[in-house]
Amino acid sequence: MTDLALSRTASLRDWLLSDRPQSRAQARLGRAYMTWLRFAANRLALVGLVILVALVAVAALAGVIAPHSPTAGDLGGARLLPPLSPGYLLGTDDQGRDILSRLIYGARLTLTVVVLVAILTAPVGLLIGTVAGYAGGILDGVLMRVTDIFLAFPKLVLALALVAALGPGIENAVIAIALTSWPPYARMARAETLAVRHADYISAVQLMGASPARIVFHHVMPMCLSSLIVRVTLDMAGIILIAAGLGFLGLGAQPPAPEWGAMIASGRRFILDQWWVATMPGMAILIVSLGFNLVGDGLRDALDPRESGR
Amino acid sequence: MTPDTAPALSIRSLDVTFGPFRALQDVSLDIRTGEAFGLVGESGSGKSTLLRAVAGLAPTTAGSIRMGAETLKPGKRSRAFHSRVQMVFQDPFGSLHPRQTIDRQLLEPLAIHGIGDGERRILKALDEVGLGAGFRFRYPHQLSGGQRQRVAIARALILEPSILLLDEPTSALDASVQAEVLNLLEQVRRDRKLTFVMVTHDLGVVTHICERLAVMRGGQVVETVTSADLIAGKVSAGYTRDLMRASEGFRRH
Amino acid sequence: MTPLLQVEDLRVSYATRTGLVEAVRGVSFTLGRERLGIVGESGSGKSQTGRAIMGLTPPQAQISAKTLRFGDIDLLTAPPKLRRNLRGGRIAMVLQDPKYSLNPVMTIGRQIVETLRTHARVSRAEARQRALEMLAAVQIRDPERVFDLHPHEVSGGMGQRVMIAMMLVANPELLIADEPTSALDVTVQLEVLSILDRLVGERGMGLIFVSHDLRLVSSFCDRVLVMYAGRVVEEIAASDLSRAKHPYTRGLLDCVPTLGTHRHPLPVLDRKPEWRL
Repeated sequence: MTDLALSRTASLRDWLLSDRPQSRAQARLGRAYMTWLRFAANRLALVGLVILVALVAVAALAGVIAPHSPTAGDLGGARLLPPLSPGYLLGTDDQGRDILSRLIYGARLTLTVVVLVAILTAPVGLLIGTVAGYAGGILDGVLMRVTDIFLAFPKLVLALALVAALGPGIENAVIAIALTSWPPYARMARAETLAVRHADYISAVQLMGASPARIVFHHVMPMCLSSLIVRVTLDMAGIILIAAGLGFLGLGAQPPAPEWGAMIASGRRFILDQWWVATMPGMAILIVSLGFNLVGDGLRDALDPRESGR
Repeated sequence: MTPDTAPALSIRSLDVTFGPFRALQDVSLDIRTGEAFGLVGESGSGKSTLLRAVAGLAPTTAGSIRMGAETLKPGKRSRAFHSRVQMVFQDPFGSLHPRQTIDRQLLEPLAIHGIGDGERRILKALDEVGLGAGFRFRYPHQLSGGQRQRVAIARALILEPSILLLDEPTSALDASVQAEVLNLLEQVRRDRKLTFVMVTHDLGVVTHICERLAVMRGGQVVETVTSADLIAGKVSAGYTRDLMRASEGFRRH
Repeated sequence: MTPLLQVEDLRVSYATRTGLVEAVRGVSFTLGRERLGIVGESGSGKSQTGRAIMGLTPPQAQISAKTLRFGDIDLLTAPPKLRRNLRGGRIAMVLQDPKYSLNPVMTIGRQIVETLRTHARVSRAEARQRALEMLAAVQIRDPERVFDLHPHEVSGGMGQRVMIAMMLVANPELLIADEPTSALDVTVQLEVLSILDRLVGERGMGLIFVSHDLRLVSSFCDRVLVMYAGRVVEEIAASDLSRAKHPYTRGLLDCVPTLGTHRHPLPVLDRKPEWRL
């Protein structure tokens, strides 16, 4: 029985690693599997992946696994209980709310910010960068000067100004972060585009009569994608920190939302006597940022275009 | 093979400049329908630039290129042009998209020109270049240099062009693989009655494939001779003689 | 008299995901003060052989041999410091493309002087003098001017001549040339080859000439090793090339189109699995 299972996994592996795939799907899966093998060869990257999977699971199952409500506390009997108190694994805050439950629900907010920022910025940066790089000339000049203007502002300061103008709140924080995060992606995509636009395989599709849009979308963008994914993943840690920073300054998610940065802000008043109130969300931010960084590093090795070329 | 009298390509006083550098100066050539024409020269002679200018990949600054009855506009090529003229590049590692399967790369020209029946055409093209269906879903990095060049030829032929531009198609290949690819090129030329314009620095290769050739140097045509005259030593330019001497190999003085 | 170089059962292998790949599988030869050509197609192990002798294989390569001896020095057990001293000193190597072998931010003259001064005790002034003489010896017309140029300011042929000058300035006893002219134009190739030929002859060096071009090698060398799949399949005196016995050697000679021969289609190599054995 185990033998059979063993031989089945062995043949699946062979099928995936085959030098002569028989179908489009097999070719694609085989390629993905090779990438996965390179990624999995890096232990730390796997640790990072476990952290991120755990984050997603916790956010999805918050309602099931959280022992208490994230917003309603027990003001009478459970204010500022230390960690490992009965019923409160990580202690409670000054409102008598369970910190663990707040962290669990806070994962949803963190994930929302990260995903929204990635969805808003990466495609914009990719599009602007590849179009500018491929078109060249005036269009390139205009697009890149606009990018430069956004790059010239410090990220957090611009985000602060925007949130101050738009009003505090998680949506506005996302918009502010997104507006300040896309320029580096555009720059990077442009550099990659310049490197491939004179390659013979691009000349070959030009000679087939492909339109510039088709060349950019079908032939140039795939070449920029892997470095973009790596860069976005590595930037996630920074985005979490900016979101937490805005929360800390009271410009992100508003109370009583269990946003990690805001939790640190409210815990800072009693940091010396009740250290856990500020420390626990700090740890959460640290671990999740580390997770994104480790995965980003692993992806850099796994998606390296020089590696995937062979 | 008796070449038609009407030229397939007619190039008149063509100039190509890159900044201050004149890559081509006043080049005029006629390439007859059905013939294989060679462009021979060393690096910087402008032979590849001339080929790319015909393909519309290099900007022309003066002169004209006519294809049959159509005068090609500088920097613009019609859809009909793309289905009549295709190109095979020198470096088999750089001319295939590294992230697309062979299938996808052969499908692309058909998709651009809205030609259906992809399945049959792709299998036929692979078969014609001696690769077979087993190669269809591989990525370029799973192929050898010779196999990649066969794919590049298949991709060029799939739109059924009448003129094939060949930019040193075998110079990056091993000698024995070069022989296979040259044989393949001769075969498809015979089968499809193609016109070849072939750039090379190898006199052996050019006289093997082509009936006529132009020797280029410093962006200009030094002379145009037939392969038979070249082999017989009936050439007028001293530079052509230098090239011939060099191709005979090293001799101790 | 001991030969200059003794190689017996040289093996170079690389560990990959799919197992051990042997690039060189048991190559043996001895070299005196002569010109030896090593010919083969890509992947035949010809360059790996040259690099193993030079000690330039990447660190993940495993090298083994029964004998790998340069004069009296056992190259397999020689300490890294001694091998570094040999490299560029008593053994030199010319690579295919001068673009990648010359330091782009150092003037040509300084690179030659540095090479000389790491291997010989000479004063700065004398080193400069010898560098200029060397540049003149590779037929550079204006050595003083070229001395102060950077590598990107010279043409490919000039760059390769500079490379040869740099490699020969310390008077090596053995020169390994790996495709020294393949990146050059045909007319320039001949000039560079005749310079190399003259210097090797004058100085009585041993030469290993690695190339894919069987005809070129046989016109340049005394003896030729033909490699296929990591092994030497035939060793033959260059003058006897037309009487080569191995079908691979004959195939390599046959499949090249030459001026004035009419063969349509060209004969192609029918690779037999037993050649690999």
